[in-house]
Amino acid sequence: MMRPMPYHGADLSLQQKLWQINWSLILLVVSIGGIGIAMLYSAGGSQIDGGSMEPWASRQLVRLSVGLLVMVGIALVDTRIWLRYAYVIYGVTMLLLVGVEAFGAIGMGAQRWIRIGFFQVQPSELMKISLVLALARYFHRMNIEDIGRPTYLVVPLMMVAAPVAIVMRQPDLGTAVMLGIGGGALFFLAGVRLWKFAVVIVCGLASIPIAWNFLHEYQQKRILTFLNPESDPLGSGYHILQSQIAFGSGGVFGKGFTKGTQSQLNFLPERHTDFIYTMLAEEFGLMGGLMVLMLYGMLLVYGLAIAIRCRNHFGRLVAMGVTTTILLYVFINTAMVMGLIPVVGVPLPLISYGGTAMITVLAGCGFLMNCYIHRDSRIARHASEA
Amino acid sequence: MKPEQDRGRLFSRRALFLGGGQAALFLGLAGRMYYLQVLESKRYTVLANENRISLRLLPPPRGRIVDRHNVPMAINVQNFRIVIVREEAKDIDQMLTRLSQLVEVSEHDRKRVLREARRRRAFVEITVRENLSWEEVSRIEVNAPDLPGIRVDVGQTRHYPFGGNAAHVLGYVAAVSERERTGDPLLDQPGFRIGKNGIERQYDTNLRGSAGNAEVEVNALGRRIRELPGRKEAKPGEDVRLTLDAGLQDFVAKRIKDKRRGSVVVMDTKTGDVLAMASTPFFDPSSFTDGLTGKEWNALLTNPDAPLTNKVIAGQYAPGSTYKIIVALAALEMGISPTIRATCVGDMQLGNQKFHCWKKHGHGSVDLIDSIRESCDIYFYELSRKVGIDRIAAMAFKMGIGKTLNLDIPGEKPGLTPTRDWKQATIGVPWQLGETLVSGIGQGYVLATPLQIAVMAARLVNGGYAVTPRLTAPPPLDDFTEPSPPSFPKIDLSARARRIVMQGMEEVVNKQQGGTAFGSRIAIKGFEMAGKTGTSQVRRISLAERDRGLKKNAERPWRERDHALFVGYAPMGAPRYVTAVVVEHGGGGSKTAAPIARDVLLETQRRDPSGTGRKISAAPQSAKRKIR
Repeated sequence: MMRPMPYHGADLSLQQKLWQINWSLILLVVSIGGIGIAMLYSAGGSQIDGGSMEPWASRQLVRLSVGLLVMVGIALVDTRIWLRYAYVIYGVTMLLLVGVEAFGAIGMGAQRWIRIGFFQVQPSELMKISLVLALARYFHRMNIEDIGRPTYLVVPLMMVAAPVAIVMRQPDLGTAVMLGIGGGALFFLAGVRLWKFAVVIVCGLASIPIAWNFLHEYQQKRILTFLNPESDPLGSGYHILQSQIAFGSGGVFGKGFTKGTQSQLNFLPERHTDFIYTMLAEEFGLMGGLMVLMLYGMLLVYGLAIAIRCRNHFGRLVAMGVTTTILLYVFINTAMVMGLIPVVGVPLPLISYGGTAMITVLAGCGFLMNCYIHRDSRIARHASEA
Repeated sequence: MKPEQDRGRLFSRRALFLGGGQAALFLGLAGRMYYLQVLESKRYTVLANENRISLRLLPPPRGRIVDRHNVPMAINVQNFRIVIVREEAKDIDQMLTRLSQLVEVSEHDRKRVLREARRRRAFVEITVRENLSWEEVSRIEVNAPDLPGIRVDVGQTRHYPFGGNAAHVLGYVAAVSERERTGDPLLDQPGFRIGKNGIERQYDTNLRGSAGNAEVEVNALGRRIRELPGRKEAKPGEDVRLTLDAGLQDFVAKRIKDKRRGSVVVMDTKTGDVLAMASTPFFDPSSFTDGLTGKEWNALLTNPDAPLTNKVIAGQYAPGSTYKIIVALAALEMGISPTIRATCVGDMQLGNQKFHCWKKHGHGSVDLIDSIRESCDIYFYELSRKVGIDRIAAMAFKMGIGKTLNLDIPGEKPGLTPTRDWKQATIGVPWQLGETLVSGIGQGYVLATPLQIAVMAARLVNGGYAVTPRLTAPPPLDDFTEPSPPSFPKIDLSARARRIVMQGMEEVVNKQQGGTAFGSRIAIKGFEMAGKTGTSQVRRISLAERDRGLKKNAERPWRERDHALFVGYAPMGAPRYVTAVVVEHGGGGSKTAAPIARDVLLETQRRDPSGTGRKISAAPQSAKRKIR
C-alpha cells in the first residue's frame, strides 16, 4: 500500500491526496465507532432485551459522521499549514481552557465545559491533540545536539505544565495524567535522554505526598477506594465493584447483546460513558472485549507504521504522539473499569458517548492520516527554509 | 543530511520501543480480563445474580375455621383497595382530588399518602384506601382512563360471618408485633396477620400454611422488572374444624347478648365437644384485622366488663349451690345415707359463728334429695361438716374443678379447690371448720369457671367418665362415618351416688313443690331438663344488714347483686347435653340463669348437633308455648 514516492518539495494536488487516503484506517475507525453505536443502543434500554437508539445511539451516529468529515478534512490539509499554525492552535486551546476556568459550566462536579455557539466544548480534550501539535512543532526544529541541552527543554516543559496545571485545577485528574504522559511520550520520541526521565520520575514520586494535599477530597477518596474497593461497597467503591461483577459474570462469551443484567438493570453506573467497556465485556464476554482491544491494537500498529514510514520529523512526531494519546485513552479507561487503576473519568475513544472526545479522537486520526498522505513531503526545520 | 537520518533512526527506535510498551500494556489488560472473566467468573456470576434477583415471598391464604357441620366461621374475603403510583400519576395531589370526587378520601388518608409519596421511590405502590365496596370499585374502574397511576388492587382480609358472636372462641388476627417476629420472613411481610387469640392463635401454624416464593428480577433501584420462571406457589393453610355448632353458637350468643357480663357453654357429655361457648360483652374481631387505634385498644383493655376475656374459661366464680353436687357425691361415696334428715330453721350456730340458709325462715325437715331440690344450705352445712374438706376437695378435683382442663384455646383459668395444704401454703393459717361449711355451699375460697361447672355435671351424668372439653374435632374419615368418640377414664364413682344426685337435679327443675328452677322446666316428654341453680354472693353480708332484713337483689346496686348460676343437662332420661350459665350480678340462679339454660338446652335438642337421633321435631314456637 505504501508505494515508494519521491520526496515532495511542492504541494500535492487534491486529486493526489484523495488517492492517498488510507481507506483501511477509515474502515478501522468506522468499525470501532460502529461497535460504540451498538453498545449505546443497548445502553438505551431499561430492561433485559430492550435496546433503544434514544437517547444516545442516534446522537452518537451524527457525531461519528461529522467526526469522520473532520477527520478527512484534517487529513487533506497540507502538513506544513498544520506546522505553521501548531502554536496558534495550542494558544487558542489554552485560551479556551482558561475560559473554562472563568466561565465554565459546572458538570460532573468539575468545570470542564465551555459553550461556543451551539456546541458544548471540553477544551481539555482538544488540548490533548493541540499539545501534540505544539510539541511536535517545537521538536521538529531541533537537532539531536539541541535536545541534549537542558535549557532547550524548558519551553516544551512549560508547554506541558501549563495545561496540566489548569486541568488539575478543574479538577480533572485523568486528563492531567494523559497530558503529562502524552507530553512525556513526545519528549521520549524526540530523543531526550532516558536518565532525564528517570530524574523526572524520581522527583515526581518524591512529590506525591505534596501533590496528595493538592488533590480534591473526592479524588483522594477515589484513590483510597481503588486501593480497597470492598471497604465501602455501597459508597465510592460501588462503581468499581459493580464493574468487576459485570466483567466477571460476563464470562468467556458474555450474556448476549442487550442481555447484560448488570448494565441493563442499572447496577453499572455511567454505562454509556466511562463504563461502556464494562457493558461490552458483560454482554460479549472475554471474546468481545479482546476483539475490541485487538481493533485498538491494529490502530497502534497503523500509527506506528505510519510514523516510522513518514519522512518528515513533524509528521512522525504527530503520528506517534496522536497514536499514543488515543491508546492512552484506551489504557486508562479499560484499566480503570477493570479495577486496575482508580476511577479518573476517561472515556473509551470512539465508543463512549460524548461529543468532544469523539471529535478529538477523530481529529487525531485525521492527523495520523494527514501524516500518511504527506509521508513523503519534505519539511524544512525552519519555516524560513521552506 | 546525516543528522536528519540520525534523528529518523533514533525516532524509529524509540517509536518501536514505545509501541512495544503499549503492546505489553495490552497484554496486561488481556491478562486482567482473563482473570476476571475466566478465573473469577463463577464468583462474580453469583454476585451478579444476587444483585438482580430478589426473592419475593408469596404469602399463603389462611385456612378457614369451620364448625362441626363445615359451616364457615372464619374465612378470607377479597379486600379491594386503591393504590397510587407516583411516577404514573405525575401530580399526586391533583389525582387524589380527582379520586375524592368518586370515592371518599379522608383528609387523614390524603396527608398520609402525600407524606409517603415523598419518602418512597416513585414506582412504589401506596395504599390510599382499603375495604372498598363493589360500587366504589366499579366507579373507579369506569373512570380509570382519567385516573392514571391509580389502580384497584385485590388483597385478602379475614372475615367472621358471625361477627362478635363467636369472637371469644375464634379469637382474631392482627398485625405481627415486634415481639412475635421469629425471623420467619413471612412474618415480616407488610400486611401479614397472625392469630392473636382463641382458635386463631392456638392453631395459627396450621392455619397459616407455608409461603411460596417467586424470583423477581429487580434493577439497582429495586424496581421489579419481571418475574423469573420457577415460581413456587404458597401452600395454603389448613382448615380447622371446630366442635361448635354455628347455629347453636349464634342462638346462644343472641340469648345472652343483653346480659352485661355473662357466659354460657354447651357441651356434649360423652365426647366433650364444646357445642357453643359465648361470653358477653362481645368484641368485634374484624376491628383487629384493620388495626385498632391506640385509643380503641385502650378502651377495650380498660373496659371493666372485660370484653376481651372469654368468661367461660377465664371467669372464676364462687360456684354457689351448684357446688352442692360435689358435696353430695362426696357424702354418698363415704357411705352417708341420703335419707338422713336435718331440720332447717334458717340458721345454725357453730361455735360463736352463725350460718344462714338462703331461706330466712328455713326449709323444715329435709333429706338429701329435698335439700338439693330446694337448695337448703343448712343441710349442706351439716353434710360438709361430716364429710370434711379433704373429701370435698378430692371429689372436686375428680369432677374437674380446681385445675385447668386443657381446652385447646389459650387463656384458661384453673379455678380453685381449697385444701388444708393450700390454705397453709398461701395464707399461712390452718384450716377452720367454718370454712368447710362455707365451702359446702360453694362460697368462701372455692372458685370455678363455667366450663368446669359444665364438666362437673357432664362427668356426673355421662356414666362417670372423666370427660374433658375440646373445641376442635378431628376431620371425619369420610362423609358417612363419624369419627369414633374419644374414650375417657372412668371416675371412681358409684352408680347409686350418681343416680341420687341426678334425682335431686331432676326435681330441681321438674318438681313443683320446692324445685328452685321449676319455672324453667322443659315440658316436652323425653326432652326434659335437669339441673342445679346457684347464687353466689359477691360480698359478705354483715349481721346488721341481716337484722335489718335482706334487700332483694333488684333493690341493690348492680355491682352488689349476686351472680346467677345454673348448670343443667338434657334430655333427662338419656343425658347428652350439658350447659353452664353464669350471669354476673344477675341476681338469683333460678330467676336469671335457669331460663337461659332452658332455652339453650331446648335449642340444643332441637338441633341435636351430636346426632343422637332424638330430636325435638316440633317447631320451637310450639315448644315454647308449652313451657309458658
